[in-house]
Amino acid sequence: MELLYASCVGLLVSCGVFLILRSRTFTVVLGLTMISYAVNLFLFSSGRLSLNQAAVLGTSTEYADPLPQAFVLTAIVIGFAMTAFVVILAIRGRADLGNDHVDGQAPNRNKNKNKNKNKNKNKKVKA
Amino acid sequence: MTLLWIPLLSLLGSIISSMTGKLTRNQSTGLTLLTPVIALLITISLAPAVFSGEVIRETISWIPLLGIDIAFRLDGLALLFVFMILGIGILVIFYARYYLSSNDSMPKLYAYLMLFMTAMLGIVMSNNVIQLWFFWELTSISSFLLISYWWYKAEARNGAIMALTITGGGGLALLAGLLLLGNIVGSYSLDVILASREIIQAHDWYEVTLILILLGAFTKSAQFPFHFWLPHAMAAPTPVSAYLHSATMVKAGIFLLARFYPALAGTEIWFILVSLTGLVTLLFGAYVALFKHDLKGLLAYSTISHLGLITLLFGLDTQLAAVAAIFHIINHATFKASLFMATGIIDHETGTRDMRKLNGMWRFMPYTATLAMVAAAAMAGVPLLNGFLSKEMFFAETLHQQILGSMSWLIPVLATVAGAFAVAYSARFIHDVFFNGDPIDLPKQPKEPPRYMRVPIEILVALCLMVGIFPNIIVNDILTAASFAVLGEYAPKFKVALWHGFNLPLLMSAIAVSGGLLMYTQRRYLFKFQASLPSLSAKKGFDDTVYAMVKWCQRKVKIIENGSLQRYLMLMFAVVLLAAGWPLFEMSELGGQKQLTPIDVHNAIGAALLMIGAISTVIWCRKRVISLLMLSVVGLMVSVAFTRFSAPDLALTQLTVEVVTIILLMLALFFLPQDSPKESSSMRVLRDVGISAALGIIVASICYALITRPLESISDFFLENAKTGGGGTNVVNVILVDFRGFDTLGEICVLGIAALGIYKLLVNLPLYMPVSDSEGRPWAKERYPILLASISQSLLPLALLVSFYIFLRGHNLPGGGFIAGLVTAVAFILQYIAHGSHWIAERLTINYRKIIASGIAIALFTGVGSWFFDRPFMTTWFDYFDIPFIGKIELASALVFDLGVYITVVGATLMILASLGQLTTNAPKEEVTV
Repeated sequence: MELLYASCVGLLVSCGVFLILRSRTFTVVLGLTMISYAVNLFLFSSGRLSLNQAAVLGTSTEYADPLPQAFVLTAIVIGFAMTAFVVILAIRGRADLGNDHVDGQAPNRNKNKNKNKNKNKNKKVKA
Repeated sequence: MTLLWIPLLSLLGSIISSMTGKLTRNQSTGLTLLTPVIALLITISLAPAVFSGEVIRETISWIPLLGIDIAFRLDGLALLFVFMILGIGILVIFYARYYLSSNDSMPKLYAYLMLFMTAMLGIVMSNNVIQLWFFWELTSISSFLLISYWWYKAEARNGAIMALTITGGGGLALLAGLLLLGNIVGSYSLDVILASREIIQAHDWYEVTLILILLGAFTKSAQFPFHFWLPHAMAAPTPVSAYLHSATMVKAGIFLLARFYPALAGTEIWFILVSLTGLVTLLFGAYVALFKHDLKGLLAYSTISHLGLITLLFGLDTQLAAVAAIFHIINHATFKASLFMATGIIDHETGTRDMRKLNGMWRFMPYTATLAMVAAAAMAGVPLLNGFLSKEMFFAETLHQQILGSMSWLIPVLATVAGAFAVAYSARFIHDVFFNGDPIDLPKQPKEPPRYMRVPIEILVALCLMVGIFPNIIVNDILTAASFAVLGEYAPKFKVALWHGFNLPLLMSAIAVSGGLLMYTQRRYLFKFQASLPSLSAKKGFDDTVYAMVKWCQRKVKIIENGSLQRYLMLMFAVVLLAAGWPLFEMSELGGQKQLTPIDVHNAIGAALLMIGAISTVIWCRKRVISLLMLSVVGLMVSVAFTRFSAPDLALTQLTVEVVTIILLMLALFFLPQDSPKESSSMRVLRDVGISAALGIIVASICYALITRPLESISDFFLENAKTGGGGTNVVNVILVDFRGFDTLGEICVLGIAALGIYKLLVNLPLYMPVSDSEGRPWAKERYPILLASISQSLLPLALLVSFYIFLRGHNLPGGGFIAGLVTAVAFILQYIAHGSHWIAERLTINYRKIIASGIAIALFTGVGSWFFDRPFMTTWFDYFDIPFIGKIELASALVFDLGVYITVVGATLMILASLGQLTTNAPKEEVTV
C-alpha cells in the first residue's frame, strides 16, 4: 500500500506541475491546489501510514503520529487562504490588465481575437 | 540608565514633534525643544565625571551569541560631540521656527531633525561598532529625508539621492571595514578594539581594513574626490544645512578618524592617505569656494576645505596635531553654523542668495551684518576669534611633520596658500554682501529679521569671541578630555593661548591674511582665469554613471525576467529536480526495512478515483468548470485518505476546506474566462509533460523511501503528556492549542492577513461581468431558487449546533476550532448563496474585519493570561467541575484559545467569500440579468 500511496502523491505532483505550467491564471490556481494536496499528503505520510490508530487517547493501544497531523491541519487552512489570495489576485489582474495570461506575451499574440470577444460578450462594470 | 536616556530622549522628541501638527508654531517648537534640553542637562550633569578622566559605560545584552550588544559609552571625545549635537541642534530648532514659511510642514522638519539628532548621538556614543554603523546609516537616511524636505523641487530630490548614494556607499565600505576589524580583534566592542592597536596594525588585513574605514569617513566628510555631494545637498532648507552640513553630519567622518585614531593611526599608510586626502581637499575646497556666486555654495566649499584641514591635521604625525584637529572641530562648528544661519536670514529677507545681486546689505540689516562679519572673520582666521587660534595651531603643526620626507616643507607652504584663499573668500562674503554698492533687483525689500531669529547666531558668535579671547577658561576642560580620549596617555600637555610671541606660525597667518586680501582685491583676474578653464561637472559624471548602471542592470534583469510565470516556474522546477533528484541516485536502495501494509479493496478504489480525478482535471483543463469538478473529486479522495489513515481531524478539515475552496473557485470562474483557448505548442506540452513527470517520479520515490523506513518520532512526548499536561485526549488538538499554540497563533494571523489582503484587493475593482456562459446561454433569471432558500434557512441552526458540538468536543475527540469555524462558515455561505448578500445585509450587520481582529485578540490574550499566574506565555490551565444535571465537565483555558481560532477562521473565511460574492450582486441588475 505504501507504493500505491507514494504513486498517488507523485501523480498529484505531476498533474499539479503540468497545470501550473499552463499560460492562464485559472489553470495555475488549479495546479496550485493540486500541489497543495500532494504536499499535505506527503507531509502527513512523514508520520507513516497506520490504520485505525487515531491519536485520540483511550481508543487504541498504539497511536498514529499526531505531530504531522497537527502541522498538516493548519497547512490545509493556510493553503486555503493562499489559494484564495491567488484567486483574487487573478481576478484583480484580469480586471486591471484586461486578460488572464501569465506567460507575459498575451497582448501581442491574441490582442485582436480577445478584444473582440470581450466586446461582444462582456461588459465592463465598475463595482 | 542615564546614558541611554540621551539618545532615547531625542528619539522620543522625534515622535513628539511629529504629532504637533495641530498646534501653533510656538507650541510645536516648544514641545520639540523639550527633550533635547533635558538630554543636554543630563549631559551636563555627567560632564564633571568625564572631565576627571572617567569613561561612563552602559550595556544591554542583545544578541550575546554574536557578540552584539546595545552598548553606550561616554568619554571626552563623545562628550564633546554630544555637546555640539545637542547644543547646535537646540539652536537650529529654535532658528527653524522663524525660517520656515507657513506653507512648510513644521512637524515634518522637526521630526526628521530629531531623528537625525538621535542617529548622530548614537554614532558618537556607541560602544559597539556594529551599532555605530547602524546609527551611521541612520544619519544617511535621515539626511536624505532632510535634504529632500522640499520634495517638489527637482534639485532637492537629486541632491538627496546623490548624498544618499555617496554616503550610503561609503557606509557599506565602512561596514566591511568594521566587520574585518571585529574579526581581527575578535570582538565588536569599541573598548576592546581601541585597546588592540598592536594586534590590528600587525595583521595582514590592516591595510584593507584601514582603506575601507577611511572610505566611509571620507565619503561622509565630503573629502576629495567624494566632495561633490555636499554642494548639491545645499538644496536643503538652511537650518538643515547649518546643522548637518556644517556642524554635525559631515563631522561624523571626522569623528570616525578621531575615534579610531588610537587603534588605526601611527602607521606610514595612515599618514600618507589621511594627510594627502586632507591636503588636496583643503586646497581644492578653498579655491573653488572663492568662485561660487551662491552664498550657500561658497559656504559648502568652505566647509569642504575646513573638513580637509581637520583631516590633514589627523594625518600629521604629531600629537599636538590631533589636539589642534579637535579644537578646530569645535571652532568650525560654531562659526560655520552661525554663517549658515546668517545666510538663511539674508535669503529669507531678500529672496536671493546670489552674491552678484546682494550688495550693500549693511544699510538694511546692520545688526545681522555685524554678526555675520564676526563669524566670517573667524572663518578667515582673524585674531581675537576662535578660528585664529586653531589655524595658528594648524600652521604650527605643519612645520613639525616629516611625512613627505625631504619635501615636507611643501605642506606648510600649501597650508599658507589655502589660508590665503580662505581669507579671500571670507572677504568676498563680507564685502560683496554687505558693502560693494547697491543691491541689484532683489525679489524683496530687505529688512532686519524677526528679533528672535538672530538669537541662535548671537549665542554662536559670542562663543566664537569668548573662545577666541579666553580660550583657557572656555574650552580647556573639554579639549583636554577629548584629546585624552583620542591620544590616550600620550596626550601632550598643551596650552591654548592667544599670544605665543612673534614666531613662524604668526608670520604664516600674516602672509595668509595679506595674501588673501590682495587676492580678493585683484579677484577679477582670477575670475577671468577661472572662466577660461573647461568646466568639469561632477554631477554630470555622477548622473551618467548612475544611468549607465541602471541600464546595465535592466538589461541583465531582462534576460531572466521576461514577465512569464511559466519561465520562472520552469527554471525553479528544473533546479528542484536537480537538487532533489541527485541524492536519490546516490542511495543504494529506495525501499526501507519497515513491514509493508497490504493493499485492500477500499484503498485501491480510493486511489483509483483519486488518480482518475487528477488525470481528468488535466485532460479537461481547458474546459474550466469540468476540470474544477474533477479537482473536487481529488480533494474528496484526499479527505477519505486522511480518514482511512487514522487522521479524523485532518479528514474533517479537508472536507470543509474543500467545500469553501470549490465555492471560491466557482465564484472566481464567474469573473474569469470560462474556457482556456489552446495556446501551448506541442513542443511546449511535451517539455512540460517531461518536467512534471520527472518531478512526480522524484517526489513519489522520496515519499516511498520515507514511509518505508521505521519512524523515530518526538511524538511520544505529546502522547504521554496530552492528558496530564494539556488536559485533553485528542492529541492533535492539544498540540494545536497547547504544545504548539504559538505556531497556531501565528497561523491564524496569516489567515487574517490573507483575508485583509483580499479585502483590499477587491476594493474599487473594475470587473468584467459576463452576461452569459461560454456558449452564449444567458444566466437563469431566477437568481435565488426558492427550494434552496427554504432548505438552507432551516439548516442554519442545525449547522450551527453541529459546529458548536464539534468545537466543544475538540479537545477530547476529533474536532476543534479550525473545523468548527469552517463548518460555521459553510453554513453562512449557504445563506449567501441561497439569498444573496443584500438579504443577509438586511438581517445581519457584521464587520468581518472586526471579527478577525477579535479572534486574534482572544487567542493572544489567552496566551498573555498565563503571565498573570507567573507562568510562561501560553501555559494551559484546566480543571474538572461538577455541574448539577450535566455532570462532570472539564474547563480549560485552551478552550478559550480555541475560541479565538474559531472566530478568526469564521471571520476570515466569510470575509474572503462574502467580499467576492458580493461583487456579483453589486452589479447593476439589468446588466446581469439581460
